[in-house]
Amino acid sequence: MSASISVRYELQRSDFSLDVDVDVPMRGITGVFGESGSGKTALLRCIAGLERGASGRLVVADEVWQDETISRPVHEREIGYVFQEPRLFAHLNVRQNIEYGRRRGRREDVGFDEAVELLGLRYLLERRVDTLSGGEAQRVAIARALLRSPRVVLMDEPIASLDRARRDEILPFLDGLHAALSIPVIYVSHSIDEVIRLCDYLLVMEHGRIVAAGEIQEVLLRADLPLLGGEEAGAIIHASVLEHDPQDGLTKIAFDGVEMWVPGAYETGVPLRLRIRANDVSICRDEPGTSTILNVLPAVIDNIHADGRSSELVQLVIGAERILARITRRSRAQLDLKPGESVLAQIKSVAVKNAPAGGR
Amino acid sequence: MAPTLGPLLLSLQLAALTTLILILLGTPLAWWLSRTRSRFKPAIQAIVALPIVLPPTVMGFYLLIVLGPYGAIGRWWVEVTGEALTFSFSGLVIASCFYSLPFAVQPLQSAFDALGTQEVEAARTLGASELDAFFTIAVPLSVPGFLTATVLSFAHTLGEFGVVLMVGGNIPGETRVVSIAIYDHVESLDYASAHQMSVILVAFAFLVLLSMFLANRRLERRTR
Repeated sequence: MSASISVRYELQRSDFSLDVDVDVPMRGITGVFGESGSGKTALLRCIAGLERGASGRLVVADEVWQDETISRPVHEREIGYVFQEPRLFAHLNVRQNIEYGRRRGRREDVGFDEAVELLGLRYLLERRVDTLSGGEAQRVAIARALLRSPRVVLMDEPIASLDRARRDEILPFLDGLHAALSIPVIYVSHSIDEVIRLCDYLLVMEHGRIVAAGEIQEVLLRADLPLLGGEEAGAIIHASVLEHDPQDGLTKIAFDGVEMWVPGAYETGVPLRLRIRANDVSICRDEPGTSTILNVLPAVIDNIHADGRSSELVQLVIGAERILARITRRSRAQLDLKPGESVLAQIKSVAVKNAPAGGR
Repeated sequence: MAPTLGPLLLSLQLAALTTLILILLGTPLAWWLSRTRSRFKPAIQAIVALPIVLPPTVMGFYLLIVLGPYGAIGRWWVEVTGEALTFSFSGLVIASCFYSLPFAVQPLQSAFDALGTQEVEAARTLGASELDAFFTIAVPLSVPGFLTATVLSFAHTLGEFGVVLMVGGNIPGETRVVSIAIYDHVESLDYASAHQMSVILVAFAFLVLLSMFLANRRLERRTR
């Protein structure tokens, strides 16, 4: 990891303690995932300098922002903070809100027009902020944070307070940011769906501590993390589009020379992010012959973990990618599955999460 | 009309000057009270609120002592300016500032409390220093509070009687404010003059309060 944000903080409160020591890459979107009360927001507030009682060390790309001797005040930390609520300034219109941070910045990495286009705010610029919908207000808040020209953007569940329709309205804008800007983002969420869709790296927090950190694909494969288990256990795979079959509404995709069919229409060459849940994958030894399942792929068993009383999580290697399969302990015994063996993975359903770079 | 106008103008001068000083000094005090977690906060709040419950004569009595030529403030004032504070316009201004303090601080503190920390925090993360965020975010968003504080301090100072009588006495052109003048007229059974001044005061007070409530309604519509 070349440039990184090195975060070490301790914070004691009567009902809660935070104790983290982690490096976050200076690129892409890093998700911070955990249940509410696990310290995700406290971590962001420490990085922003908003928690006065926090002691620790913060180094952003070789610049020390905080250690034992110094602590940059909030306004001298070049961060863009998107809070759970938009926190717009009611006495200023949309344009003035967006320009608040820009006027105080030293650099201008993100242009006004660029941010306005990215977040679709052109038609809102002269509006008063109390006339905005929740989704529009949050887009203004994101643009405002970006125009401060931050070294890193901190987002604290920016869409959690919105209803489903508003969320779906904002997510494409977040995808767009990811593709268009090179500013690293630390994205706090308790929704595994959001994390899977947006993030490249993932920190998992529990009781104020970080229990897992790494590339999202690797972290999601970890069978020992109860938060990522259950219904949501599964893998992420990056693939590219080969061809579309308009008659059946399917698209052929490929990764590492392995081909698969997924539902939906996507342009050829576009990179896709696929989500395959462990519950949607089964294992067989022989070619199943006639089956309704479209995707049956050769795989090698890497490891097998117990998962609850009757089931087990099997990690399979397909090409260079890894996926999880949840099978019953009885099936594993009957087929006598062992690590290192070649099997066939039947994938019942695949969800296309997003097209990380320019898919829209 | 001239004898009516003198005390009235003096009252307006006193109220305007007192209000100006109170907004300037009361704003940082109210901001501190609104943000602090100090254990002295309740004590400070109680001291600020004292003039609301104390009889003006009690306030006036102690102010007379403190501002007098042998009192803490009065002696210093004599040394610096060569003049006594008691029974002077300057003394009245200082006394009024103590007397009307809660009417400036409390509305401001309520406004700052209602504002909370969210917008100011957002401004800080956008590169605004504490002072910058205070003037560009906290103050504009608390305009209704400032309006209330201004009107209440002004009106309360205009209407004060007991403290003025104790500290300022009844010197025409110096400390003979309108409330004292009215009292004087009534004492000397000059009801016509008392009426004249009182009616002007009633009408003035009503108009000021009316415009405050109208302005507040418009502001609330705009900022909420």
